[in-house]
Amino acid sequence: MSSRDFILERVRGNQPASRPLPEVPTFDRSLASPFEAYSAALERMGGRVSAAPEPQGLDALVRSLFPDARVFASATPEFAGNRALEPTTEPRDLHDVDVGVVRARCGIAETGSALLSEAETIVNAIAFLSQHLVVLLDPAAIVPNLHHAYRDPLFHRARYAVLMTGPSATADIEGVLIRGAQGIRSFTVIPLAAPVR
Amino acid sequence: MKRVDHAEASSKFIEAKDHAEFHDRRLWDLRTKRDRESEHLPEWEELRALASAIKEHTLSNLAGYLEQFERNAKANGMVVHWARDAAEHNQIVHDILHAHGVDTLVKSKSMLTDECEMRPFLANRGITIVETDLGERIQQLDDEPPSHIVVPAVHKLRSDVAEVFGRTIGTDPANHDVFYLAESQRRHTRPYYLTAQAGMTGANFAVAETGSFVVCTNEGNADLGANIPALHIASIGIEKLIPKIEHLGVFVRMLSRSALGSPITQITSHFRAPRPGTEIHVVLVDNGRSERLGMADFWYSLKCIRCGACMNTCPVYRRSGGLSYGSTYSGPIGVIIDPTFNLRKYSSLPFASTLNGSCTSVCPVKINIHEQIYKWREVIAERHQLPMVKREAMRMAGKVLASPPLYRAAVEAAAAGIEHLPRTLLYNPFNAWGRQREVPGAPRSTFRQWYLQHRARRP
Repeated sequence: MSSRDFILERVRGNQPASRPLPEVPTFDRSLASPFEAYSAALERMGGRVSAAPEPQGLDALVRSLFPDARVFASATPEFAGNRALEPTTEPRDLHDVDVGVVRARCGIAETGSALLSEAETIVNAIAFLSQHLVVLLDPAAIVPNLHHAYRDPLFHRARYAVLMTGPSATADIEGVLIRGAQGIRSFTVIPLAAPVR
Repeated sequence: MKRVDHAEASSKFIEAKDHAEFHDRRLWDLRTKRDRESEHLPEWEELRALASAIKEHTLSNLAGYLEQFERNAKANGMVVHWARDAAEHNQIVHDILHAHGVDTLVKSKSMLTDECEMRPFLANRGITIVETDLGERIQQLDDEPPSHIVVPAVHKLRSDVAEVFGRTIGTDPANHDVFYLAESQRRHTRPYYLTAQAGMTGANFAVAETGSFVVCTNEGNADLGANIPALHIASIGIEKLIPKIEHLGVFVRMLSRSALGSPITQITSHFRAPRPGTEIHVVLVDNGRSERLGMADFWYSLKCIRCGACMNTCPVYRRSGGLSYGSTYSGPIGVIIDPTFNLRKYSSLPFASTLNGSCTSVCPVKINIHEQIYKWREVIAERHQLPMVKREAMRMAGKVLASPPLYRAAVEAAAAGIEHLPRTLLYNPFNAWGRQREVPGAPRSTFRQWYLQHRARRP
């Protein structure tokens, strides 16, 4: 008998009598300002929220946030980097990227998370291998909590989907919080309405 | 197999006073942060009830959900393997690595691979394994198992880490600065992501309806390991299944709040299908789980989402350290899981508890941990796995408690004893109850004496 069949047979023989599956509500609560709630949650997790750019001023804003950065890789046409990102880009070739730029699919007010998938990153590694990540977020694209986020059909079709909430972090030595563990050292959200498609 | 002597191992832990005090404080801090988060969410108790019910539903229909998960994962292009036990798991992982010519594996934290003792198995076959989680890496370099399922090196101070890194990755052993140590590990580890041919993760949840699995981390290491090399292996215990994506809302909202007191982990990743030109292999592991599912009193422990809240709150765990349990799983959850692997080896663990029930009340999936601890004590006594001293003490106590005249005589003698015995007799190495505590003074009379004098003769 294969291990698969052996395990399934034993599970079937041992599992207790079936118990019911509850409905999960969305625990809605009215938020005065979803973007303010989002910003407060993100700052708790070590992310920062920048001021909105001037019209046509995104490029200048990003460069002013990272004056020393040399390599910019952008996964959104709204920002022109100097390192091309294609679906066929070899992820390890992005090891020298200083700043990655992506547009989030949505934000989650409860946690301060930004939802990204390969549609938003083009190359997933950009969100981890870059030293810093800039996330464009439409203030109108904020859902109140994780229950709403998980109703997004994206989770049924994306190969990879990630909720990113601030920079990489660790507190594994004496509980001392270090922002910038092994992935990105900083996580900056720029509020900017998505271009009309 | 040698029986784990938890009390003996704990006494060594307690001897290192600075370490023991820091350990207690750090874990209580995590517990306090967890409290703040849970009190902040009005629906916390409702979420716990939902999480428990979803897990109980899934476990009671597990075979069907495993088949659904496998079907969908395969349809998405993942390869699914099944392992009956640790040995088969390790062999499968090695076969995959061997077939792909892998000599270096970047690995994120997975208790399951520790449970299977995979690292020595692969190392003996010439594969370099780089643990990438900071705490797990410290433990690997120090050749010690993790002492906590969420914070593996929580029993170490910064000076210990400086010593380990100085000895192994070339940092200055005199520099104890935590930023310096963490930054050194970052710089030491990042090049491996670029050269390793494979990445490995565990999984916090596996979703049947989509065939995807979820990994919750903070350091960025799991996603670097999964998104750069062309091969990703995920080891997943069969109890990690949940039916639907929408159920993730319940669990993800509670996992990091319970573990670290943060509303979510920095990174919560959902793997559904491999990137074009790459492979994802999932290894579904039983290793005793299907057997546990058939234990009427103990199958509830399979609901565990490995947050560690029960460990952080447990006074025994905080004061004895994870290594004293002699197993991958320590603290209250370890106490109820470990005996299912080996009753004799872990027979002392269910006695490493005050039965205060704090573990049960912080558990996000409502496992009745302290009740299971008590039931394990019964099982161990029935199967004659009690050590002789404890067995004899219990036998004598049973006799005394069963006989009112004997009990009265014992209580009066004890009261007189505490008052008149010299300190050296109470606080000596042979009296466990005199260690680390002052025995309270005896009242002037026993309750029975008082009752007879004041109440018994009244009509």
